Amino acid sequence: MERAEIESKLVDLLVDELGLERDDITMEARFEEDLEVDSLGVVELLMALEDNFDVKIPDDEAEGITTVGQAVDVVSAKLGA
Amino acid sequence: MSRVALVTGASRGIGRSIAVLLAARGHHVAVNYRTNAGAATEVVEAIEGTGGEALAVQADVSDADQVTAMFAAVEEHLGAVEVLINNAGVTRDGLLLRMQPEAWDEVLATDLRSAYLCSRAALRAMVKARWGRIVSIGSVSGVAGNAGQANYAAAKAGLIGFSKSLAKEVGSRGITVNVVAPGFIETDLTASLAATSAERLLENISLGRFGRPEEIASVVGYLASDEAGYITGQTIVVDGGLAL
Repeated sequence: MERAEIESKLVDLLVDELGLERDDITMEARFEEDLEVDSLGVVELLMALEDNFDVKIPDDEAEGITTVGQAVDVVSAKLGA
Repeated sequence: MSRVALVTGASRGIGRSIAVLLAARGHHVAVNYRTNAGAATEVVEAIEGTGGEALAVQADVSDADQVTAMFAAVEEHLGAVEVLINNAGVTRDGLLLRMQPEAWDEVLATDLRSAYLCSRAALRAMVKARWGRIVSIGSVSGVAGNAGQANYAAAKAGLIGFSKSLAKEVGSRGITVNVVAPGFIETDLTASLAATSAERLLENISLGRFGRPEEIASVVGYLASDEAGYITGQTIVVDGGLAL
């Protein structure tokens, strides 16, 4: 899967699963500070990523994800994109 | 509204009554049991006999893999669990000075670890659905303490702290988490009491009698309902006035 494809799928997930505004989502946006996603929301996002991209994200990697771009990085690395 | 409910340890006693009551309210009920398949089947048949829908599911709920498999089976046959009743429990009573580590570990695993494992498994779908009900069956022993039950009281008190914490974690997603703490209820557990010790116990119960399993089930049924949507993190003691 191409990185651009992962990005667009991730944005869809953020809109559909977490109810975020599409226009607010940039790769630099921080989940908690900029997008007002609470800590449980970040966990929800991780579960959605695991289900939709069929990857496993261990806790130590999950802790490093604070921005949208970092989430794309982690999924990309798993999928070799 | 019809929901999918899972009751652990539902082949007899209080768990059985809860399963029967939830089914009577139109819910589809998974009847978990560990060893007594015959009794679980009988509960399912009793529910089906009155037009309800139920499914017996075997699992040792203190075992992570078995819990995962149980939730997969329930989801496949009934759908995602929306109402979880953590009822499974055992006692291994004895004064602490004589209590072996195995008696401690077994009770903590079956009565407390099980609630952690089952709640975690159920929450995935509940969080997604923005609705859920988790009710754990505690005990008056966990509220007031009871000589000879340090392990059981620790596990049941543990459920209270667990439920309060979880209530705070998932409240924003429309999920409530509560505890019902029964006193002495007429079940196989209390039927084994000697007549003399039963009489002594009754002296301390304001209502002058043991409770019936249905009297626990009705409170659980309420907490599992839409009506109880603003109650969370609470422990409702149902003991006839024993702990007053």
